Amino acid sequence: MRYLPHTAQDRREMLAAIGAASVDDLYRDVPHSARLGGLVDLPRHQGELAVERDIAGLAAKNRPAGSMASFLGGGAYRHHVPSSVDHLIQRGEFLTSYTPYQPEVTQGTLQMLFEFQTQVALISGMDVANASMYDGATGAAEAVLMANRVTKRAKALLSGGLHPHYREVIETYGRWSGFSVKAAAADVSGVEDLASRIDAETSCVVVQNPSIFGRIHDYAALAAAAQNAGALLVVVVTEAVSLGLLKPPGEMGADIFVGEGQSIGNALNFGGPYVGLFATRDKYVRQMPGRLTGETVDADGRRGWVLTLSTREQHIRREKATSNICTNSGLCALAFCIHLSLLGEDGFTRLAQINHAHAVQLAEKLGGVKGVSLVNDSFFNEFTLKLPKPASEVVERLVDKGVLAGVPASRLWPDQPDLANHLIVAATETNTEAEMDLFARSLAEVL
Amino acid sequence: MDKSQGRTARPDAAPAAEIVTASGHRGLQTEEKLIFEQGEPGRTGVDLPAPPKVADRLNGLKRQRPVGLPGLSEPQVIRHFTRLSQKNYAIDSGLYPLGSCTMKHNPRLNEKMARLPGLADIHPLQPVSTVQGALELMDRLAHWLKTLTGMPAVALTPGAGAHGEFCGMVAIRAALDAKGQQSRKRVLVPESAHGTNPATAAACGFTVDAIPADDRGRVDLAAFKAKLGPDVAAIMLTNPNTCGLFEPDIVTIAKALHEAGGYFYCDGANFNAIAGRVRPADLGIDAMHINLHKTFSTPHGGGGPGSGPVVFSEALAPYVPLPYVVHGKDGFRLVEGREGKAEPLGRLKTFHGQMGMFVRALTYMLSHGADGIRQASEDAVLNANYLLARLKDVMSPAFDGPCMHECLFDDSFLKDTGVSTLDFAKALIDEGFHPMTMYFPLVVHGALLIEPTESETRASLDEFVGSLRSLATRAKQGEAASFHAAPRLTPRRRLDETRAARQPVLRWKPAAPTRQAAE
Repeated sequence: MRYLPHTAQDRREMLAAIGAASVDDLYRDVPHSARLGGLVDLPRHQGELAVERDIAGLAAKNRPAGSMASFLGGGAYRHHVPSSVDHLIQRGEFLTSYTPYQPEVTQGTLQMLFEFQTQVALISGMDVANASMYDGATGAAEAVLMANRVTKRAKALLSGGLHPHYREVIETYGRWSGFSVKAAAADVSGVEDLASRIDAETSCVVVQNPSIFGRIHDYAALAAAAQNAGALLVVVVTEAVSLGLLKPPGEMGADIFVGEGQSIGNALNFGGPYVGLFATRDKYVRQMPGRLTGETVDADGRRGWVLTLSTREQHIRREKATSNICTNSGLCALAFCIHLSLLGEDGFTRLAQINHAHAVQLAEKLGGVKGVSLVNDSFFNEFTLKLPKPASEVVERLVDKGVLAGVPASRLWPDQPDLANHLIVAATETNTEAEMDLFARSLAEVL
Repeated sequence: MDKSQGRTARPDAAPAAEIVTASGHRGLQTEEKLIFEQGEPGRTGVDLPAPPKVADRLNGLKRQRPVGLPGLSEPQVIRHFTRLSQKNYAIDSGLYPLGSCTMKHNPRLNEKMARLPGLADIHPLQPVSTVQGALELMDRLAHWLKTLTGMPAVALTPGAGAHGEFCGMVAIRAALDAKGQQSRKRVLVPESAHGTNPATAAACGFTVDAIPADDRGRVDLAAFKAKLGPDVAAIMLTNPNTCGLFEPDIVTIAKALHEAGGYFYCDGANFNAIAGRVRPADLGIDAMHINLHKTFSTPHGGGGPGSGPVVFSEALAPYVPLPYVVHGKDGFRLVEGREGKAEPLGRLKTFHGQMGMFVRALTYMLSHGADGIRQASEDAVLNANYLLARLKDVMSPAFDGPCMHECLFDDSFLKDTGVSTLDFAKALIDEGFHPMTMYFPLVVHGALLIEPTESETRASLDEFVGSLRSLATRAKQGEAASFHAAPRLTPRRRLDETRAARQPVLRWKPAAPTRQAAE
């Protein structure tokens, strides 16, 4: 077996050095009733070629987004990732290192995380960011838990424009961790009065920008209303590229920013692994979940980095920790950090401009199809269409024409018949004008 | 092997900077500024076309101020991150004996497979008809995990071990609630447990009751039985435990717990010691998370992403979270909603789990096969026992062997030497090794937990033993000062963690303008 270096002789000699007659001797604490005599009923080991064929066979049964004209968004976006990103994250020193608990031998990961934290704080307009969460939705749930700690309250108020999967994850945490969740109904009009629903029990209001339907909101007034009532405003951004063009959550008065960072540096990966972005104001830093990297000096007075404020964390505080989170999304954070380093100020803003411009072009083309109406008055790179027939049927038929047309709202809200004809469509820098024309032409054909 | 050529073999406590260079670099050890200190406005590492001219639809909410990101070209970015990488220790570069973390070889085939466009370039919300291979892959991974554990159900979505613990414990809560047993709130957690266990129990609304260890490093069976009662919801037990020992009474514990109406949660962080030799189902376990990034070698990546699927017994199988894969007459399907079923656990993650990690883990399993997985477990246990045997006369084993995949020492061999566990571990860095896990588990004074994994050759283990024996001898010979000064051969020496926590600097900020510049 190519990954196991011992020869039979090695094993014999090592057993002799141990003073054991056999390997079975080493397992003598296992109760007899639980000892497996032979192998479990699974195939035997295989060489690279055979395994590669097997996995490639599974891959071949899928239709990759890149092999079609893809306009899918809804919390995961297909962007171009520069080749140097994937090259660098596969360096063994990054790929095969552990969480940097020993700072003298992990300054590389630590410095990168410090840069990542700075990048996240900059793009969100917040004071301070952590070293990442599992993904956007778990980050949102952790944001509510954090708001509960800060306010000593236990009720979250969610916008109807929040991604339903985010709402469901918050509800799961709420149900089992003991806080209540009030969610406004999903409404394509984007009109909702959250401020009037804030009460003395509300720990936070959770909104999304752009909303799941793609609409852009200014939450400054809501932030003030929440804060006046002693609650926090949590702003979720599922498309991180939008921050290159839009007023950031920090400037709207957000207390906590939660983002899905997949768009920068990371592939679609059928939904994971992704990277949750999490940032807040300086005054709340000690209530933040997750790992944090901080600057310090070494014994010779030279600048260096360490994991810090770990008295918040489970390995020190155990049942009194701010969160049970341990592993985060280090390598995805690295990919994010490298891609954003390559983009820089000019690249990041230009990427956002291209995304927006492509969406504007696409909205014009699709809005011109008979029977189709554009729901949004504003959007970044994603918008919602109302079709004359159920969107899920339209999407299935467009697959045959080589178009992944978007996310039918019924996939996200299966219990809401009023949304059955709505389709959420995204455009990124990867979409060509020819793809947009194909989409518009094919849509006209299937309607 | 003489490793002392060209340098002082036994450095004194003086600063390490004997050689001063104009650049600040020291040979292959380079000093690297932050990206924010290298960038220039107007420079970029990507070439993007000019955006098409359109009337914007941004609702007047356009960003008004620059983001503040630095501009770097591609060669600068490549060099920056290459230099950073060279400041890291990694499995690729050496033995990484972090106990409980399982730093085994990460096969590159796994990386290649995870990057096939058919698996990496698929969107989680594509029509199910276009992702049949992905769902089949998840189903096959589930089959392997269920077969290896003997358990009938598995939840694939949890994002890492602690997330899996949360999934398993809320499933237990849901099962108890369904039986009308809301009053069962107490969870028994051994003192030796990972910190995530009590943190998870607390996060799920349980109270934590610690069970002491006996003098053999196992759960004190009498103390455990005395704690059973009608308010006990579950036990959270790691097996093999964090002392690196198999719990010999585990079947008895499970039986007594079940008779008392509680559920058995097993922390599967150490499954790599027994995979292919012991099925957790045969031990009476109701739920166990499996860290794919440990046992099945999806890389640790400098702290994630992980993946923590949870296997469930029949009793807990109805509480698998959404979404999950089912196989019907029209192929594979993803169940994303309640679909009329009563009280599913809910959703735990934005989408369907860590697909990229599933690909790597399945590739690892197919490569090893049933025989290779069993052999890997045996070799991991063999290597740990070999280290124990070769070190027991100079270091102080916390408990008698045999151990499982890791061996535990306390700090009594350092008594009166002036050298602490921390000093000893830092000196190991100068020997070219990553330190072992220190001060964990908490039940042993000054713990040193060593997990070599199956990936190491005997020669590599012998070299490691040579360093540890040398250090133990030097500590006993009164060379405490050199330990206190360690490490000296790293890009940075010991870092001031107190300062980092007291005056937190958590991001770069542009230097405040000096008075002159301001004028």
